Amino acid sequence: MAQDIQNTNAAEQDAFEQSQVILTPTQLVLKRFFRNKLAIVGLVILLVMALFCFIGPFLTSYGEYEIFYKHKETGAEVMSSTYSTLSAEERAMYEMNLKAPISKNHILGTDGDGRDVFTRLMYGGRISLQVGFCVVIIELILGVTMGGIAGYYGGKVDMIIMRLVEIFYCIPFLPLMLIVSSVTSAMKVAPEQKIYLLMLIMGVLNWAGVARLVRGQILSLREMDYMQAAESMGISVFRKIFKHLIPNVVPIIIVMATMDLGSVILTESTLSYLGIGLSFPYASWGNMINAVNSSVIMKNFLNIWIPPGICILLTVMAFNFVGDGLRDAFDPRMKR
Amino acid sequence: MKQYIIRRILISIFVLFGVSFLLYAIIRMMPGDFISQVTSGNPQITEEMKENLRALYGLDKGIIEGYFSWAKDAIRGDLGTSFVYKQPVTQVIGDRMWVSFALAGTAFVLQLLIAIPLGVLAATKQYSKTDYTIVAVALAGISLPSFFFAAVLKRIFAVELGWFPLQGMVTARADLEGMALFLDMAWHFVLPVTVFVVTSIGGLLRYTRTNMLEVLNADYVRTARAKGVSEGKVIGRHAFRNTLIPIVTMVGGSLPSLFAGAIITEGIFSIDGLGQTALNAIHNGDIPFLMGYNMFIAILTLLGTLIADILYAVVDPRVRYN
Repeated sequence: MAQDIQNTNAAEQDAFEQSQVILTPTQLVLKRFFRNKLAIVGLVILLVMALFCFIGPFLTSYGEYEIFYKHKETGAEVMSSTYSTLSAEERAMYEMNLKAPISKNHILGTDGDGRDVFTRLMYGGRISLQVGFCVVIIELILGVTMGGIAGYYGGKVDMIIMRLVEIFYCIPFLPLMLIVSSVTSAMKVAPEQKIYLLMLIMGVLNWAGVARLVRGQILSLREMDYMQAAESMGISVFRKIFKHLIPNVVPIIIVMATMDLGSVILTESTLSYLGIGLSFPYASWGNMINAVNSSVIMKNFLNIWIPPGICILLTVMAFNFVGDGLRDAFDPRMKR
Repeated sequence: MKQYIIRRILISIFVLFGVSFLLYAIIRMMPGDFISQVTSGNPQITEEMKENLRALYGLDKGIIEGYFSWAKDAIRGDLGTSFVYKQPVTQVIGDRMWVSFALAGTAFVLQLLIAIPLGVLAATKQYSKTDYTIVAVALAGISLPSFFFAAVLKRIFAVELGWFPLQGMVTARADLEGMALFLDMAWHFVLPVTVFVVTSIGGLLRYTRTNMLEVLNADYVRTARAKGVSEGKVIGRHAFRNTLIPIVTMVGGSLPSLFAGAIITEGIFSIDGLGQTALNAIHNGDIPFLMGYNMFIAILTLLGTLIADILYAVVDPRVRYN
């Protein structure tokens, strides 16, 4: 009898233990993240955008710089690749297909130079996203290293690095870019190289924020008990920083990186709009909106400048949604 | 406290030297005859002005020596003469600063009036439909490229409906005075101010919401509720007043930046503030102005952080700087 009771108790215990779902911290974060509807919306937008920009160009026969020509009488259309094979007399019969309306051949029409807007939208997004990722990677490498060193060593090293951070904080970005762009145009830098220069400058100017954040976190983590344990075990400084301190800063870095991706894309588009970012022949969402400066296009050709604007808005917003969701998910204090 | 402020000011001066040296180095990095290249597009620039410029930046000296000769003038307030305006740079900045401030200041007050109540509302109803809507709209606002939003507003309200002027600060050739002039300017400011408010309200709103959420989870709020204090009083008197600490700090810190001018918005709406002047400067290779403008913004930024830190100690008695 007593044996029976013990048996059933043990069985119940097993069943109870099996029904308990034990979540790892990562699972907890994911669960909280996916409960946030805005974050999901953001994630979906980003996936669609990535597919559109990176897979899309393979599905269209139009190139990024393809100019379209229209037959003056029949209205038949040829691409610049075909056009260049035509004889001089035949060419005379064609004119550039400028500002064409929305049609089956051109989902969003053509722009002021006779290029397909929809295709350029894909290539523009590709470059915007690439610039965003490169800049964020540069700023993270610089910021995490410098912030980590400053926070860990403290004292004089911290003092010097933090003054450096303040110096970079005080440099106004846009006015500086205006000067830099006049330098690059004076030096006649090719657009292909200007892209890399742009990424480098943006990354180098942005690291200060990351460094400040990482330093603050490390300062408080340094006082934790497990760091004393690590100290007493005589682990090397390198391992202490990269194995014990940095992983604890990762959540906050991820959030910051996501938000920064959005803001870098926004900044790049602003620069391109001003004509000091990505320039011809590259398509970029920013320089596509630049067409709005012509009052005719602004008034009558909404299909040229509205779509890139909406793309920027959606992408940056999606990064912000996801970043916001991640922040709430990582921070248990936000749970009510 | 006094000691702390003095120490901070000394550090700021040091940082300012760093910033100015970096900016100076960029000018010096330019290829040999940069000045004649930049100014080649502008027929108004005489050989004499170019010589002045070379002397101003000490281009005939070594980089360190040149920097100090430039810095010595800069400390005395001589930032050179603007090419475009033929006036000292400091005077150009002083003149346009107030236009930028009028625009940014109006937008700033509106932002405070809208963002703080909405942020508090969103926090008290976390994860509700209201919260989602407010946060989504705020985030959409930050994500809007200002040049795109300005173009959309102009297309709808100026071109299509004709309610507001396309650009400028006053109606041309109207010669208005007094109240009529003020109203005319206000009418011109509606669209630019809207751009300012919509594109930057999100930051403050989110800040208010996060801080409010943190406070609402604090023990003293729970205690207040347990005592049976009404919900309105809990929010208004116990929670909100504590949220004000970080908000006051942030608001105080951003005061100086209101003078900096907005390059994009002012440029698009042709508002004669510092931002548009900077944009013109680049088209005309007006390097003295751009250098002065950069230094001006750097000073404003330093001033902002200093004010924020001091305010922090003033409004929060727990903070002590030693």
